[in-house]
Amino acid sequence: MGVSMAIRKEHPAFARRWRRNALVGAILGMFVALVFGITIVKLSSGHLMEAFDHAVRPSLLESEG
Amino acid sequence: MSNAEFIDRGKESTIRDSFALFKPRVMSLAVFTAAAGMLVAPTQLHPLIGFSSILFIAVGAGASGALNMWWDADIDAKMRRTRHRPIPSGKIDREDALTVGVLLSGIAVIMLGLTANIVAAALLALTILYYVVFYTMYLKRLTPHNIVIGGAAGAFPPMIGWAAATGGITSESILMFLVIFLWTPPHFWSLALFVSDDYSKAGVPMMTVAKGPRATRRQIFAYAALLVPVSAALAFSGIGGPVTFVLAIVLNAEFLRMASRVAHRSEADSRRDRFAAERKFFFRSIAYLFLLFSGLIGDAALRWSLGGALAWPQWV
Repeated sequence: MGVSMAIRKEHPAFARRWRRNALVGAILGMFVALVFGITIVKLSSGHLMEAFDHAVRPSLLESEG
Repeated sequence: MSNAEFIDRGKESTIRDSFALFKPRVMSLAVFTAAAGMLVAPTQLHPLIGFSSILFIAVGAGASGALNMWWDADIDAKMRRTRHRPIPSGKIDREDALTVGVLLSGIAVIMLGLTANIVAAALLALTILYYVVFYTMYLKRLTPHNIVIGGAAGAFPPMIGWAAATGGITSESILMFLVIFLWTPPHFWSLALFVSDDYSKAGVPMMTVAKGPRATRRQIFAYAALLVPVSAALAFSGIGGPVTFVLAIVLNAEFLRMASRVAHRSEADSRRDRFAAERKFFFRSIAYLFLLFSGLIGDAALRWSLGGALAWPQWV
């Protein structure tokens, strides 16, 4: 009859590493949320999001009054 | 990775070690002065843009700290004050510190440019390069005036905060820069006086090692005296006011009194009470800067509450 000898207990370093990875993940998630927030603020305050790309863009030309 | 692989891998870093790599105390001063520079500026930023700008300045300051620890790992290991830092204590690899420092520096500069403006981003990039390349790699091990010239790196944050809000550099932001620039030598040399043996052991030509404690004490008083007219001028600039004026008088009188006490002490007296006056001056100098910039914020709040109609002479 086979006896299961698997040791289930993990080294505490695994738990420490998991916590650190979770923190890095949370920071990255907050960074994405921050960039999204900044984009919304910039767009809603009327910032021009276009730039020169080798084509005539009427919205980039200054009006002649 | 198996459990067995954890054996003989040496010390593993914790979140606290990773945070220590960014020199949180230096970072907090940079954050505070940058926030002050932004808050006293005559233009208003959206709160999220202001918060993000300060965050990216903090990231840039932290990245500079990591790069400083990467380069200075050899001398940090020799000094009692710094040998417990994450790299000399073996908790973080030098190469990892370099990678994190370079990566975060780039992210901080690019993100500040996108969030605030190109002037603020350029000033942040200049600060990082100045601190890491000019001060850490070159000046620190070359001249006893390392702190004087290198101190400019720590003086840039209020200029960056101001530039993030206004998009430019003006006499007000230059005055804030000068206050920190002239404050740094007395602040740092008072520390150097009571950890002088450390610098001597590490071979760093700090003023206390290269010119001796007597010359250092004289220089502390000289820079403290130079700081007085500059901080007073700040009270009569476009961002000054009665709060800054009163605080400048009180703080400068106390700063000069303590600098004079440190300047006139003998080494024997200092060693007898384990550098009590020097230690006190070091901690009071931190309070000096904190309160002076708080005064500027107070005047900004006063100006805002009066709808900009604050009757105060402006000479600078």
